[in-house]
Amino acid sequence: MNFSQSETQQMIRQAARDFAEKYIKPHVMEWDETQHFPRDLFTKMGEQGFMGVLVPEEYGGSGLGYFEYSAVVDEIAQVCGSIGLSTAAHNSLCTGHILYFANEEQKKKYLPKLASAEWIGAWGLTEPNTGSDALRMKTIGKKVDGGWILNGAKNWITHGISSDVAVVLARTGELLDSKGITAFIVERGTEGFKGGKKENKLGMRASETAEMIFEDCFISDDNVLGEVGQGFIQAMKILDGGRISIAALSLGIAKGAYKAALQYSKEREQFGKPISSFQAISFKLADMATEIEASQLLIDQSCYLKNEGLPMTKESAMAKYYASEVAVRASTEAVQIFGGYGYTKDFPVEKFYRDSKLCTIGEGTSEIQKIVISRHILK
Amino acid sequence: MKILVCISVVPDTTTKITFTDNDTQFNKTGVQFIINPYDELSLTRALEITEANGGSVTVITVGEADTEPVIRKALAMGAGDAIRIDAQPKDGMYVAAQIAEQAKIGGYDFILTGRESIDYNGGQVQGLIAEMLNWPLINVVMKLDAEGNTIKATRDIDGGRESLSVDLPVVISAQKDLCEPRIPNMRGIMMARSKPLNVVVASDKNDYTSIASYELPPAKSGVKMIDAENAEELIDILHNTEKLF
Repeated sequence: MNFSQSETQQMIRQAARDFAEKYIKPHVMEWDETQHFPRDLFTKMGEQGFMGVLVPEEYGGSGLGYFEYSAVVDEIAQVCGSIGLSTAAHNSLCTGHILYFANEEQKKKYLPKLASAEWIGAWGLTEPNTGSDALRMKTIGKKVDGGWILNGAKNWITHGISSDVAVVLARTGELLDSKGITAFIVERGTEGFKGGKKENKLGMRASETAEMIFEDCFISDDNVLGEVGQGFIQAMKILDGGRISIAALSLGIAKGAYKAALQYSKEREQFGKPISSFQAISFKLADMATEIEASQLLIDQSCYLKNEGLPMTKESAMAKYYASEVAVRASTEAVQIFGGYGYTKDFPVEKFYRDSKLCTIGEGTSEIQKIVISRHILK
Repeated sequence: MKILVCISVVPDTTTKITFTDNDTQFNKTGVQFIINPYDELSLTRALEITEANGGSVTVITVGEADTEPVIRKALAMGAGDAIRIDAQPKDGMYVAAQIAEQAKIGGYDFILTGRESIDYNGGQVQGLIAEMLNWPLINVVMKLDAEGNTIKATRDIDGGRESLSVDLPVVISAQKDLCEPRIPNMRGIMMARSKPLNVVVASDKNDYTSIASYELPPAKSGVKMIDAENAEELIDILHNTEKLF
């Protein structure tokens, strides 16, 4: 068993780190406070190859695997969770759905634009009243001559307003029928499709979260993604891979909080010595470091299985569940180590603390991950 | 335009420096090595110039096999190929003689270096190469453009700036502000593995100096605060303890 990173993987990690330091770090608090979604940054990230990490080179992507992808998300999230989240959502969900399930013509049309970030992608599954309970979705696709008419709304959608293309799941069959849902590719500007309210959030404030509204929106048959009735099954597979990226996002936030706390604990003196010399603080750091390593190993395991095309639903759920809880714990402890300073916006840990909470909620709550895991172990 | 960019492999700027062998050897254990930041600027600008005007960029370094990951980063940034002269770099004269010889063999007409390496800060190699090749040198340049075979360079001088024009061949050394150093993209990183990294045997050249010993700057002593009312105490310390007057 080999736990070492290849030279190429190290170089990719370093490139993502350098990029985040240079182009993200100076703006983190400004974007957070103004809830600014930095569209231009993503164009730069596209040039770096971060927006189509898994997309094969023939479609303009980087043609890499999940180890490299999770490393990029991790490194970016160490500097800014919001940008990490947007990177994950763009790569795994919209781009991922088209990559894994679209026909050749659709792949040629959309993947190069998404991989270069000329276009930003969104993915719409969740609705106001159906989060985890996606089979009860109310967005309806009605068959008409030459295509489908969509009606309904999707909520909590990353890039719901700013995306240029969205993959949207809509009910085309019976309620609660897992083969009654179909995926559609909807381009911005399509009549009857518009962005709705932008959410004002606790954290991840530079990552746009908004509503997508469909009112008699005509989608041609050419924009059906995969087979009619396969949307829900596709979506579950997309979420399997998506969980790896949210786990990596969580890991990055945990590492960012931990590194800040580690450094601060060595510099901050109380009672005549650095606070790191007190066991109350050093044990916190030991717990953080151990849980971060454990998260990394769970993520690496999922990446390996995914790269090999092996079943990984349980493992990715475990990675996402564990790493996201670690992100919350580590950033909470980081604020505690910083004390009063940690509660201010002059230090980075309060942002990690706010951003981390999304990780135990988005793309399946911790409780849903436990359902997934328990179903597998009780089979 | 055939550009040769000289790369020095140096310790990362955050390295904690220690020495071994009675303070005569730099301790490489656990040290992360990077492309000398000034060389990274010259490489980035060389790439920008050739991407706009055509031409090729080769990177060259004098170093042992452990420098290859750093050389591959230069390839990932966009250099077409690399030459590693297989030797421990000794003094500036040795390095310059090795590079000048390869520059002649390869028929390059434009050599770029950093203004100095951030480890030994010699700042000699560019001048020595220029002398050995009998080429002009423009040193410590913060703006650089190419028009055909003419190079236009701007450098800071005391109290102002000067702009120079020179025809190829020429040696130029880079100063900060020359450009934004390029971060390799994913495709570049993947392509770097298949680009030529040619290892050549070092020729027999002299090194004229050797390191007698290294010494770290003295540790900073604590700051002693003296109340403004106690100016006499300060004068006493300066006079009697520090003996400054």
